[in-house]
Amino acid sequence: MSDLLNVRDLRVTFQIRREGAMPWAAPQPLRAVNGVDFALAPGETLGVVGESGCGKSTLARALIGLVPATGQAEWIDGKDLLALTPRQMMAYRQDIQMVFQDPLASLNPRMTVGQIIAEPLTTHRPDLPRAQVRDRVKAMMDKVGLLPNQINRYSHEFSGGQCQRIGIARALIVEPKLIICDEPVSALDVSIQAQVINLLIRLQKELGLALIFIAHDLSVVKHISDRVMVLYLGKVMETGPVQALYSNPQHPYTQALLSAVPVPDPTIETAKTIVPLAGDLPSPMNPPSGCVFRTRCPRARAECAASVPVLTVGDHQVACHFPGPLTEAEIAHARRTEAA
Amino acid sequence: MVIDQSKMQSLADRFVEAEVKGRSPWADARRRFLRNRAAMLGLTILVLVSLFAVIGGQFAQWSNEELDFSVMGQVAQMGQPSLENGHYFGTDNLGRDLYARVVQGTQISLMVGIVGAAIAVIVGTLYGATAGYVGGRTDQIMMRTVDILMSIPYMFVLILLLVMFGRSMSMLFLGIGLISWLDMSRIVRGQTLSLKNREFIEAARATGVSSFRIIIRHIVPNLLGVVAVYATLLVPLMILTESFISFLGLGVQEPLTSWGALISEGAGTMNYGTLWQLAFPLFFFVITLFGFFFVGDGLRDALDPKER
Repeated sequence: MSDLLNVRDLRVTFQIRREGAMPWAAPQPLRAVNGVDFALAPGETLGVVGESGCGKSTLARALIGLVPATGQAEWIDGKDLLALTPRQMMAYRQDIQMVFQDPLASLNPRMTVGQIIAEPLTTHRPDLPRAQVRDRVKAMMDKVGLLPNQINRYSHEFSGGQCQRIGIARALIVEPKLIICDEPVSALDVSIQAQVINLLIRLQKELGLALIFIAHDLSVVKHISDRVMVLYLGKVMETGPVQALYSNPQHPYTQALLSAVPVPDPTIETAKTIVPLAGDLPSPMNPPSGCVFRTRCPRARAECAASVPVLTVGDHQVACHFPGPLTEAEIAHARRTEAA
Repeated sequence: MVIDQSKMQSLADRFVEAEVKGRSPWADARRRFLRNRAAMLGLTILVLVSLFAVIGGQFAQWSNEELDFSVMGQVAQMGQPSLENGHYFGTDNLGRDLYARVVQGTQISLMVGIVGAAIAVIVGTLYGATAGYVGGRTDQIMMRTVDILMSIPYMFVLILLLVMFGRSMSMLFLGIGLISWLDMSRIVRGQTLSLKNREFIEAARATGVSSFRIIIRHIVPNLLGVVAVYATLLVPLMILTESFISFLGLGVQEPLTSWGALISEGAGTMNYGTLWQLAFPLFFFVITLFGFFFVGDGLRDALDPKER
């Protein structure tokens, strides 16, 4: 089966002017996404994880055309989405929809729910009669678990979880093939998170959607994804099927991330070893040479600073010179640097 | 398929359920506004003044052009307000009925205020929203143009315009309209900048909604609170400007009149014992300004997002 979306060497660079710099001084590039490759099959879910500021949201915004990006993003019909003019892109916007992080902020407070959900439909199908739009909106509201008779209500009259359902309904109304979820549950209560995620999974099965699911909650990603991609400073560190990646992480960064996930079982939680990461994320305006993770890696060696590790080929890919599980000594080393 | 049937039935039931009416942010604001005593008082005053302007002429016993020859020449003795001879507000210096003149002046002044504010609202909102939303170089050019226009002493230009092209209502509207939108466009641009990066705008952009529709459907409705408040404060400002111009003798031309012109006339004869000629137009002028300011204050409180 051919891929729904095949992204190669996606880069997003922002030109940042330093505060107080002279007007003629060249702006500095900030590489938010720095050469990301992935492929997504129809109906598949790709989880994207990484800490704040690693380029997850920028990746999503680049795919949907909200920020300019270079590279290639080949759609199933062979067209490169990044090379299209805005007018040509219109036809594809129907197929790619997005669900946003803050459910309330992503809904216009001055519009009724019916207007909000109908907006993509009226944009892409202006010929559709009003009554039909209304019927489809109501059917969609029912599908995402909202009462269709509340079509005239405003977003501030709904709870966070309901607002996110509205956001999902808005994304689904034009029957897209791919939905990009940018941390759709980070702003919700845990109980509501489960509802929204199960709703997404159910809808995905019913409608055969592909999902790009961005989150920093690793257990949520594990629950929903088929494959997972770990980003660090705009680069892919490791990617693979969810089972392989969670049970057998190869990259030290992935291991550190996974070790930090709390387990709701006190015996396991106290017994497991957490790999602490020293320091903060380096500035993406001035990334470390070689492997970007080397400044915080417990296994960093001279070679890591010298050359950039390339992603291995295969199903489970790692970008590391020295992949493999961390040893006791390395974890102890990480603890010491963290304490210092 | 029993289950499917019951499912369809429940879906059908849900569809026929009466639609719940939503409470819009506007409805909330209206409720808060109606509870605000000062604002309601202001609104009542404005309604009464408008009624006076519209149907006040029906009750006048004299037209605004007729001279009452019986009081002419002895206005101070005979021209004071009285019910008997039909001059409710007395007469002006030429023996014209001041009541009819005040009705006419109210019409003109309110019209100048409302038209001036309307120009400011429409032009300023669209201009500011466009500059703020498009951003970049367009924004720079558009806003620097506003800066340049603002740096011109507008009263001077307005007076020059009226002197050069003659005094007429259309010239007055043009002159006031030209300057009134500048402040508005700045305010609107600032608000647009803060709205532009909100997620619901991004959502609309991601869907492919055109820039024009985003400005009209998403940005402008969210600006209207600020715009409404500023517009209510702009109306009295326009009235003041017009009055000032008329006070200088450059505004509306006889036989038309306005509050400013009437106050000017009244002030000129203040020393001859005909104080009513100043008092009546001034009274209407002052209560209308109060009314607008109270309503503006009330709107600001009602639409304040912090209270929400």
